[in-house]
Amino acid sequence: MTVPTGYFFVLSLILFVLGIVAFFVKRDLISQFMAIEVMLNSANLAFLALARESHFADAQAVVFFVITVAAAEAAIGLAIVLVIFRRRKSIRTADLSSLKG
Amino acid sequence: MKDLFWLIPFPSAASALVLILFGRLLSRKWVTIQACGTVFVSFLLGLFSFAGLLGASAEPLPWVKVLFPWIRAGAFGADFGFQFDPLSAVMVLVVTGVGFLIHVYSAGYMAHDRSYTRYFSHLNLFMAAMLILVLASNMVLMFVGWEGVGLCSYLLIGFWFEKKSASDAGKKAFIVNRIGDAGFLLGLLFLLTVVGSSDFTAINGAVRGGTIGGGLATLIALLLFVGATGKSAQIPLYIWLPDAMEGPTPVSALIHAATMVTAGVYMVARLNVLFSASSAASDVVGIIGAATAVFAATMALTQNDIKRVLAYSTISQLGYMFLGCGVGAYAAGVFHLVTHAFFKSLLFLSAGSVIHALSGEQDMRKMGGLRKYLPRTYPPFLVGAIAISGVPFLSGFFSKDAILTSAFAQGKTTLWALGLAGAIMTAFYMFRLIFMTFHGPERISEEAKAHLHESPKVMTVPLAILAVFSILAGYVGLPAILGEKADLFRRFLAPVIVPAAETRPLSAGAEWILILASVAAAFAGILIAYVFYVRSPRLPQALAERLPFVYKLLYNKYYIDEAVGAVVIRPLVRGSELVYSGFDLKVVDGALNGSAAAAGFFGKVLSLFQTGFVKDYAFAFLLGVALILGALLF
Repeated sequence: MTVPTGYFFVLSLILFVLGIVAFFVKRDLISQFMAIEVMLNSANLAFLALARESHFADAQAVVFFVITVAAAEAAIGLAIVLVIFRRRKSIRTADLSSLKG
Repeated sequence: MKDLFWLIPFPSAASALVLILFGRLLSRKWVTIQACGTVFVSFLLGLFSFAGLLGASAEPLPWVKVLFPWIRAGAFGADFGFQFDPLSAVMVLVVTGVGFLIHVYSAGYMAHDRSYTRYFSHLNLFMAAMLILVLASNMVLMFVGWEGVGLCSYLLIGFWFEKKSASDAGKKAFIVNRIGDAGFLLGLLFLLTVVGSSDFTAINGAVRGGTIGGGLATLIALLLFVGATGKSAQIPLYIWLPDAMEGPTPVSALIHAATMVTAGVYMVARLNVLFSASSAASDVVGIIGAATAVFAATMALTQNDIKRVLAYSTISQLGYMFLGCGVGAYAAGVFHLVTHAFFKSLLFLSAGSVIHALSGEQDMRKMGGLRKYLPRTYPPFLVGAIAISGVPFLSGFFSKDAILTSAFAQGKTTLWALGLAGAIMTAFYMFRLIFMTFHGPERISEEAKAHLHESPKVMTVPLAILAVFSILAGYVGLPAILGEKADLFRRFLAPVIVPAAETRPLSAGAEWILILASVAAAFAGILIAYVFYVRSPRLPQALAERLPFVYKLLYNKYYIDEAVGAVVIRPLVRGSELVYSGFDLKVVDGALNGSAAAAGFFGKVLSLFQTGFVKDYAFAFLLGVALILGALLF
């Protein structure tokens, strides 16, 4: 018995909205970062569901790219967070507004 | 010999280039040798070419040497080419001969000047430009020389540019000449349009063939003559020449007496075929010439600055040359150009020697009795004065008489009478100058007297040579009355000068009477000067008091400078100020500043959106995605 594709879409949507909400609700960079990862992976899920449905390999390839980008993002993003914490002793986004125009 | 003439401008040009680029590295002695030597080489080349011209009478004139095709644009073209014919030969010999003597003299006169090298680089550059002017085979290249000498004139008038009056005088000369050059350029463009070429041979051919004639010839000739009035300081564009005396005296002698200011006369003589094709244009040339001759002479009567007297005298003598050209006596006009080059450069250089001796004093009221202090300057000065006054057997007499006789023979009796009146005044102001400077009581200031010294040999020897030429130069153009072959000069120029039409032949008696009238005019002027300034020195002042209006008018040069200032310059300045404050400051600057302020304002407003908080940006993202999605879905 297979799970219908629509279920995957619903789960993907729920994960994405959770990610958005978490991004706006959380106040520290690490949590916001995790929210972004959730959003990315919800998109991956949608892609994979489509690939399974249509036997279309391109979607799976896109997922590999997204995972790569997410990994790169994690590497750089976490490094930035570390540096910010060392200099400012805080990773609260409300404290970080020195790029104000 | 024939192949050498095109080399003539190059020694001076090369020397000027070296002095401008490497002048700092050269010693004064080397600069002197190089500057004078290259001019002498040009002079020798000129002599060789002249000898070749005399020897090879069978060859077609002019000799033309095209160095390279210069401009090619559609139907219009001009070559970088030189031509040599009797008229060019005369000009080359005068320019390089007198120029060489003045270069040598300058070595003494400028010996103490800081900018010795700069002076000679400009002087060499001038020689090159002037030689290009007289040798050019077409009007376009001639225009290059024409502007080149104008530039050098500007540079040398303003040579002592630290002095405000000198730099102002330079600018005045340059700007007034621009007005004349606008006319010259228009005439040149007309010629190019009509003839399709600016070669002198082509222009002469077009006039002879009837392509140019009637009103067109008059128009072109008059436009070109406007250029001549600027360069040769005729009414109404003469106002720059008196101020040009701010330059060093040898410059006044070379540029503003002997050579550059005669460029207009040369141009008219060069285009004599065109000018004689239009009697109206010729009349204008003659009338302007005669009017200038008299007008400038009256202004010379009351000047006290020794160089300004000579400046007005130059304007007046240039008027005679144009008078000659205007009545068709081009050969006589050019003849006067040659003799004038000798005696006027002699007068200027002698005046320079006087000024040098008095440590820069130019006011004749502070001279007097210099005869015994300057024994080597006085005789040449006197020779020059006698020559310009038209005393028989010196050069000025022959050339002036040739012009006046031609004017009379052409039936232009009024012009002849004006010329005669000018001749009386010429003799008067010249001997007034002599008497005030060299005779009578000493009025020299104490400090000038302490340094009073005769000039060195390097200055007085050129004076002596010029004095000899001022005496002898006249004998190449004896009056026709002494025999058909007497006027060597006219016969030499005959191949390039059209003979004056419809000459009213004068009887021998009439011609003698004209000569006697000229002689009488000269002696009358000298006699009046003698009475006024030697016999009864109180007379001039008494006369000035009796006729205060006339005296003030003459003394202030008819208030022409003031009138030009009021009518031309002040309205121009006022208008410019109005445009500046009204249009420039408000409209142009306003538009610029306004757009900058608007950009700044919008930038300020937009920068409000850049809060620096990541969440705000993310929210903007979200909003944007929502909007795009909404637009796609609904």
